[in-house]
Amino acid sequence: MSLLTFTALLFVGALLAGLLGALTGLGGGVVLVPLLTLGFHVDIRYAIGVSLISVIATSSGAAAAYVREGFSSVRIGMFLEVATTLGAILGAYLATVVHTQALAIIFGVVLLYSAFLSWQQSRKPVPELTKGSPWSDKLRLSGDYPGQDGKRCKYEVENIPGGFGLMFVAGALSGLLGIGSGAVKVLAMDRIMKVPFKVSTTTSNFMIGVTAAASAGIYLHRGLISPGLAFPVMLGVLSGSLIGARYLVRAHVAVLRVVFTFVILALGVEMIINGVTKWF
Amino acid sequence: MPEEHKGHFDDRTMETVMGRLLQIGVLLASFVMLVGGVLYMRAHQVMPDYRVFEPGSMALRHVGGVVKGVAAGDSAAVIQLAVLLLIATPVARVVFALVAFGIERDKLYIAVSAVVLAVLFLGFLRSQ
Repeated sequence: MSLLTFTALLFVGALLAGLLGALTGLGGGVVLVPLLTLGFHVDIRYAIGVSLISVIATSSGAAAAYVREGFSSVRIGMFLEVATTLGAILGAYLATVVHTQALAIIFGVVLLYSAFLSWQQSRKPVPELTKGSPWSDKLRLSGDYPGQDGKRCKYEVENIPGGFGLMFVAGALSGLLGIGSGAVKVLAMDRIMKVPFKVSTTTSNFMIGVTAAASAGIYLHRGLISPGLAFPVMLGVLSGSLIGARYLVRAHVAVLRVVFTFVILALGVEMIINGVTKWF
Repeated sequence: MPEEHKGHFDDRTMETVMGRLLQIGVLLASFVMLVGGVLYMRAHQVMPDYRVFEPGSMALRHVGGVVKGVAAGDSAAVIQLAVLLLIATPVARVVFALVAFGIERDKLYIAVSAVVLAVLFLGFLRSQ
């Protein structure tokens, strides 16, 4: 394969990953690493490095649109970023000591879990408003968001230590595997802290960029961000996600989500099998 | 907005500016990335072997080396500059938050933003 063909294929693959990621709200990062390792036979460490910077690009690129909606909470985000950035540094450190095939297997397991979360989320009931923990006001995490009738809906949060702890795990996964781990971040806010779903998803988007930046510097310094891979992948994922965000309203999201869930499931199985057979 | 307390209004303004900041950062990084990519394709014909990991050039692993490379017209250095800009974008957002919370005189969140910023720098410094 010539360099030009390889680069062009990478760009198209990354574009599709970004497009599907944006349309389904699951992010392009989860399919990018399997695409690069299984599809293009790139060493997983290169794949993770390049995925990490694509994650920063998509999260920052989508930020302005998310702000316009008026759901995100800068305080919840900043508070929990303490946990995710610390986790990210631990994850980036762990990436150096973990065997590459083990990385592939862990990645596969995370994919399977993401598929499970995505399946579960599509059938979850609307959570009822709760009286939050007293620390919700003390830490100024309580807030409000625009409701359907134009009034602002107030919310409080609960189980802050639980959310903080899971955010640390989300950060570690991000630093270890080069993914945004948006699904885990939403889980921590939405399920554990009882932050309203829309607030959770938009706030998570902001946190993804900062979390990835915490470990990206370490990856860059280790020489893990390869220029020849970085430019087609980053530009591809970013274009794909921006196109996806634009057509989000018109697409059949429910169908796409099911399809994407199966894609993730299949990739997860493939990553695990591939990791195990190459290791032993 | 009389029925809303002041803090909230300031938070919204802060978030709007943050959104713009991130957008500008990504736009700038993408532009540099595109230029670097075109230069890279013109300079390289042979495909590197990505199947086996081989740490990239030492020179392109820190800011000084990247700047020197860009000055020398090295296409890989231009791409790494785009990567640095990209990494700097969310960091700039945290710096801005620190300033904005300062204007709001929110001591708790000045401290929280400062901790996040410190962790980010810890990551960069540890890797030097």
